[in-house]
Parts: sequence; C-alpha cells; structure tokens
Amino acid sequence: MLHRLRQEATWLNLLLLSGLVGLMVVLVMPLYSLFVRSLYNRRGEFVGLDNYLSYLTSGGITGSAWNSFWVAIVSMLIVVTFAFAAAYALSRTKIAGKGLVRLLLTLPILAPSLLPAISLIYLFGNQGILKHWLMGASIYGPIGIILGSVFWTFPHALMILLTALSQADARQYEAAQSLKASPWRTFWTVTIPSARYGLVSAAFVVFTLVITDFGVAKVIGGNFNVLATDIYRNVIGQQRFEMGAVIGVILLLPAILAFAADRWVQKKQAAALSARSVPYQPKDSLKTKILGFGLLTPSIFFILLVIGMAVYASFLTYWPYNRSFTLNNYDFVRFDPAGWTPYFNSLKMATMTMVIGTLMIFVNAWLVERCPQPKWLRNLYQLLALLPMAVPGLVLGLAYIFFFNHPQNPLNNLYGGLLLMAICSLVHFYSVAHLTSVTALKQLDPEFEAVGDSLKSSRTGLFARLTLPLSLPAILDVALYLFVNAMTTVSAVVFIYGHNSRLASIMIMSLEEAGGTAAAAALSVIIMLTCAAAKILHSLLMMLVNAKHNAWKGKVQTSQEKSSTAKSRKLAWLWRKAPANQGA
Amino acid sequence: MNLKALSALSLAAVAGFAAAQTELTVYTAIESDDLAKYAARFNQDHPEIKINWVRDSTGVITARLMAEKDRPQADVIWGLAASSLMILDAEDMLLPYAPVGYEELSPQFRDSSNPPSWTGMNAWMAAICFNTIEAQKHGLTAPTSWQDLTKPEYKGHIVMPNPASSGTGYLDVTSWLQMFGEEGGWEFMDALHDNIKNYTHSGSRPCVNAAQGEAVIGISFAFRGAQEKQRGAPIDLIFPSEGLGWDMEATAIVKGTSKLEAAQTLVNWTVTRQANELYNEGYAIVAMPGVAKPVQYFPENAAELLIDNDFAFAATQRDRILGEWQRRYEGKETR
Repeated sequence: MLHRLRQEATWLNLLLLSGLVGLMVVLVMPLYSLFVRSLYNRRGEFVGLDNYLSYLTSGGITGSAWNSFWVAIVSMLIVVTFAFAAAYALSRTKIAGKGLVRLLLTLPILAPSLLPAISLIYLFGNQGILKHWLMGASIYGPIGIILGSVFWTFPHALMILLTALSQADARQYEAAQSLKASPWRTFWTVTIPSARYGLVSAAFVVFTLVITDFGVAKVIGGNFNVLATDIYRNVIGQQRFEMGAVIGVILLLPAILAFAADRWVQKKQAAALSARSVPYQPKDSLKTKILGFGLLTPSIFFILLVIGMAVYASFLTYWPYNRSFTLNNYDFVRFDPAGWTPYFNSLKMATMTMVIGTLMIFVNAWLVERCPQPKWLRNLYQLLALLPMAVPGLVLGLAYIFFFNHPQNPLNNLYGGLLLMAICSLVHFYSVAHLTSVTALKQLDPEFEAVGDSLKSSRTGLFARLTLPLSLPAILDVALYLFVNAMTTVSAVVFIYGHNSRLASIMIMSLEEAGGTAAAAALSVIIMLTCAAAKILHSLLMMLVNAKHNAWKGKVQTSQEKSSTAKSRKLAWLWRKAPANQGA
Repeated sequence: MNLKALSALSLAAVAGFAAAQTELTVYTAIESDDLAKYAARFNQDHPEIKINWVRDSTGVITARLMAEKDRPQADVIWGLAASSLMILDAEDMLLPYAPVGYEELSPQFRDSSNPPSWTGMNAWMAAICFNTIEAQKHGLTAPTSWQDLTKPEYKGHIVMPNPASSGTGYLDVTSWLQMFGEEGGWEFMDALHDNIKNYTHSGSRPCVNAAQGEAVIGISFAFRGAQEKQRGAPIDLIFPSEGLGWDMEATAIVKGTSKLEAAQTLVNWTVTRQANELYNEGYAIVAMPGVAKPVQYFPENAAELLIDNDFAFAATQRDRILGEWQRRYEGKETR
C-alpha cells in the first residue's frame, strides 16, 4: 500500500515536470528565440547590446517609456477607484438586480478591444455626439488611450476586488461598532486593510494590461507614442524584428517589477486570513441602497455609453453623413468574401483554447498546490506560469513564428493551424487562469490531504472525488475566461493564422483599416453577444453547482453536530460521503 | 454511350479532380472584398488551380513573409507593393521568373534584373482626400498642390500616415524628397508638420478620417479615396499638381515553393490582358499598355501625374530618411 503511494508521488512529480516542460516549449523557447534576435543586427551579425543602446539613445525611448508609464498609472488609478466602488456596492449593500448589474459590468471583457476605440471616436471625435464634454481637448492621444484602457480593463479589476471584498470578517465590523467608530473610520480601518491584497493585485493587473496593449493605442493614440506602438512601428512598419525584440524585452521590466511587488504583498497578507472568520452580511437599509446605487452609476453609465454607441454605429449607413438605419453591416459577405467563416473559426479556436487550457492549467495548479513537489520544481513552475502576463501579445506572436516555423522544429506543421493559435492564446492568458485556479485550491482545507494520507488513499483519488468537484466554480471561471479572451484576442494571433484559420477578431481589424468601420462595429457586437451568451451559460452552470454544494454543506453541518468535534473525523466523513453526493 | 467512352469520361473526371487538388498559398495585400473576384477570374482560365489567400495589410504581410524566411509558407505573392518585394528580393527570398508576355508590359512595371524577381501589375498613387462638408464649415478652399498644404489656414486639419509605420506614408516622404530636392523636401515637411492634426499608423486611415469628418484633409492613396467616395463619403480626390508619389502592386514567386509549375501558371496569367483588365477595374494605370480605361474618380491623365519614382533611392536610403523624419517630427507637438 505504502509502496503504491510512494510510486504515485514520483508519478505526480513527473506529471508536474511534464507540465513544466510543456510551458518551456510553448512559452520559454519561443521567447528565447526572439530574445536572441535582439542581440543581432539585421544582417544576422552578433552586436551584443548595440540594439538596446541605439533604441535608448534614439530619444524616442524616453518619450515612449514615460508615456507608457504615466498612461498606465493614470488608467490604473481610475480603474481601481471605480472598480472598488462597484465591488463595494455589489458586496456590501443590498441592491436589487445584482446579477444583471454584474453582467453589465463584465461586458467590456466580452468585446474586442477595437470596439471601445471605434466607439470613443464616434462619441468624442471630431464628429462626436458628446465632443463638447472634452472641452476642446482631443480624443486622439492620451485621453483616448486612457478612456479605452479604462473601459476594457475595468472587469479584470472588478473580478479581483469582488473576491477581495467578499471575504470580509463580520467580527471586525462588530468590534468597530462597539468601539463607536464612524462608518468612514470603519471603512478606512477595517474595509480597506482587509481588501489590501485585492487592491494591490488589481492595480498590478491593470497596469500590466495597459502597458502591454497596442490595440487601443494604435487606433486612437494619434501622435502619442507608447512602447507597444513602438513595437508595431518597428515590426510592421519597418520589419525590424530585432528592434521589436528589444522593446519587448524592455516592456518585460516594468511588468516584472509590478509582479515582484504583488508577490511581496501577497506574502504579507497570507497570515492575516483566519479560519474563524464570520461572513459579513450587508445591512438592508434605504441608506445603503442609495449608497450602492450611487457607487455603481458612474461605471454602468460609462460602459453602457461606449457599448451603446458601438451598437448604434453598427446600424448606420455611413457615419456621420448618412445616419439612416440599415442591417447591411451585418451582412459580412458584402465587405469580405470570407463572410461568416472567420466567426466560426473563432468559435472553434476559442473552444479549443478553453478545453485544452482549463485542463492543463487546473491540473498543473493542483499538482503545484495540493501535491508534494520538490521546492525548485514548484517555484520554477509558478514563475513560468506568471511570466505570460508580462509578455505583450505582439511579442508572443512574433516569437511563435520564429520558433514554430523554424525548419528544424518538429512541431512546424502546426504553424498556420487553429491548434497552434489556440495554444498561443492559452499561453497569452495563462497567468490569470493559473492565479484563479491556485486561489481556489488554496481555499480548500489543507487537512483534506492529511486525512486522505492517513486513510491511505491516493492523491489522484482525492482529486477526482473531492478536489475537482469542490473546485468546479473556479474551473468554470477559468473556462469562461479563456473562451472570451480567445474570442476577442488579436495581437498574438495576427502573425500565425493561415489561409483557412483567419479569425473574426483579425477580420475586424482589416475591416476597420479599410474604412468598413460600421461592419467592424457590427462584427464586434456579434462577438460580444456570443461571449455574453457564454457568460449566461456559465452563470446557469454556476447556480447548479452552488445549489449542489449548498445541499452538501448542509449535510456536513448536521453530521458535525452529531459527531465528535474532532476535525479529522469530520473530514474523514466528508471524504467518504463526498463521492456519493456528487453522483446525486 | 459505350463502355469505352464512359471510362474515358470518368478518367477525365478523375484527372480533372486530381488537377483541382493543386492548391497555391497566395499572400496578398489586395482589398479583401476584391479577392473572390481575382480568384474567380483566374479560375475561369485555370480551374485546376485553387488559390488559398492569406490577406493582410501591406505591413503585416511583409513582416510575416520576412519572419517566415527560413520556412516560407507562401507559394506566390500576388498584389503586394513592389517596394516590399524589393526588400524580400534583397533577402534572396524570391525566385526570378519572366512570365510569358513579360516583354509586352510597360518598362516601368518591369524589374531591372534578368530574369526579373517580380512583375508589376498596376500602379497605386498618392492622393489627397478632401472633405467638402467639413471644409465648408471651416471656410477652407480646396488645395491643388502639395505646397498649398503648408498654408496657415489648414492648421490642425491635415492627417497623414507616419512613414515609420506605413508604406503609404514613406511613399509620400520619398516623393517629396525627389520632387523638391533633399533640402526643399525637408523644408516642405517642416511647414507641413505645423499643420498636421496627427499622424496615423495605417495608410488608409487618413482618408477614412477625412471621409468620416474626423479631419478635413487626409493624405492617403487614390484607391482608398475612390472606395470611400463610392460608399457615400462627401470627399473629393485631389491629385496635387507637382506630381504624385506612386508604387506598384506586383507579383512574385516565393523561393522554395514545392508547386513551381502551378505558381508559374498563376504568374503567367497575372500578365495577361484579362488580368490587366481586371486590375483596371480598380486602378487607373496598369502594366499592359493600351488596356487602361478611365476609372471613376481618377484623373484621365493619371499616368502623366506620376513622378519618375526612383525605387532604389527609396529602398537604400530608408533607414536614413526614417531616422531623420523621426528625429524631426516624432512625438513632437505641432507648433
């Protein structure tokens, strides 16, 4: 028996090792093949750091780097403030229609990034219907980039902050109340500190997303240069891959710094969590309802404004001179012979990303979190899992050409196919999916495994019968996240699609460039609706899972009352009962 | 029908089917909505070859071809800027081939090397898209020359592509340097810079901006302007009197293709009269003399307006010119 378990432990180590090797192949080796290029000149001669020096001294860098930095900081401050307000309203007040509000607030993540750019031009551009709101300032430049970035990064921050705020400990609020602290003081001394980790994480995520994105900046950035558009200019404008690689490496730095800061804060936070916390119940008073409504209004208004404008634009004959209603923009064959084919390619690719990605990311997260692994293996895997967040999509896509289209690469027949695009997308969005899985797995009581071991049951058995069912909500979250992002991504896949694997998001970009703005808006709306449908399906599945979990937890509590208080016995019971319940 | 005839027929059918299996991967920057038409016309004469298009903007397609250098995916390039093909040729990525009927093409559409690495199809040229409704609002008169664009009245109304991002933008810059001389060219651009509202990353954008009233004047290319006008934009196409920078769309076979015979069949077809008539549906100037008929919104004397473009100058001086341009204008606010 013991022998079998020891064998299993070796086997689990090997499994994580293979996960690590997998990440090496799809992430580290492509990036390395690109990085090497930054050390060579265009003729293929080794020049050391000359490319870096010439970029740093060309003067553009101080401009672009500083621009990228301050735009990312300002976007971050705005997003974190409004997302926190919205998350607070959703978790700490009793307002009606929370489900609908949450769906509305997630809409930006469901839309391609070109949608806010098109919308903002129609809203605040030269012909914009709300142009006067900018009081003479131009939307082309930092204002446009910030507004566009705020729009599409908002749901990312909201998700993190909702999690952070939903873990409140009611006992702290009771203490504050008995000490007669004002609500304002309670907010600053209890609410904010308890959400500290979420705030830092949200800030880090928004900062990194903004600094690595080029979609919004390309369309609406005007003369305002940022690092991501510098990459575009060098790679697409001048085919200077070595300079693209240089800027890609430079872009990694702020992202890695932000990442290090985030890890540091997370370490401090870990000790503050307590198993004895009592869930906080929001008060049901008119006052808190008004507060909640007030906190949500600005975010909902902005999101509906931007999306509403895009939907409106998709039905117009010719903006702004012929505003008569038409459905022609949805008849994509008029603009591109491929018609709806790219849309179905996107569906296929996104489904592949979701299935492969969820499986790979969750199993690896489980191996790292819930199984005995050598320390170096664990740390190395965690580092690699978080690296993709710092890599701009354009850099990843370029790296994929150099690596996967190499004549000596045995995998080179994957190039140009949907499978490689799915792999590229899942790598591009790996980090957040990994973090979500890890967070969920950390929340399970560590004594599960201890009890499992004392009962001489295998880890894989425990995984299938307990960990997996209990983690279903997180798994559904990861699946949805991968699906919607794969539906909307452009930057990473624009280099690696083939003649029969063009995606809807790429078609949107070429439509927009060729002046088919209304059709681009229409296809964006279609993608957004598809993702919204996926989101609704996700919510339904979530309700089903939660209902089962609650029924199960109810039984656990009754048994707890009857049995002795020994925790291990309770867990043992849970462990034996769990599979039976899952079948029901 | 006797058995023999039947089997002959089915053999022919099988042969036809087998031949239809020849698939060519063709990289292109031709407008997406034209691709089906191009393939269909070719297939009228050659149903045995199926074209699989990979289409993107000129910059993306050029970057992809370069990045795929070690293991090319394309068999043929049909419809990419000649200046891009020259870059690929410098990297030794093209297979020289003189298509049947090559000698009959106008000299400026022929590559100087023998056999040629690429073959020109049609010319596309710079143009100004001028929004008449917005001009009226601001009380602006239509410019007729490049130098007109430096007049103070146009300040903040002009959009042009960034030459470091866009081939169209680079074409404009090199044409000004050729027309006005090195010194005069930069002086002109200094003055133009003061009137620029913003530079864009795409060469189409300035015209689209003008068409949608985001700017009054967009420095772009004629084809895009004609297309926007067709869609109902209130714009006029202006062809400045000093002359127009131009480039051509061209065809080439990619070195390393495993389907050389089919690739040659396609390239042979791209210089035929049918092909040139096809190009003429969207472009005023095509490679085969005597084919071109006037195209709507294009001037009838289009050919006379083109400058004597020195492609070698544009190709060899690229780093220097772009460096100078970026030093002078990039990220700098207009005065």
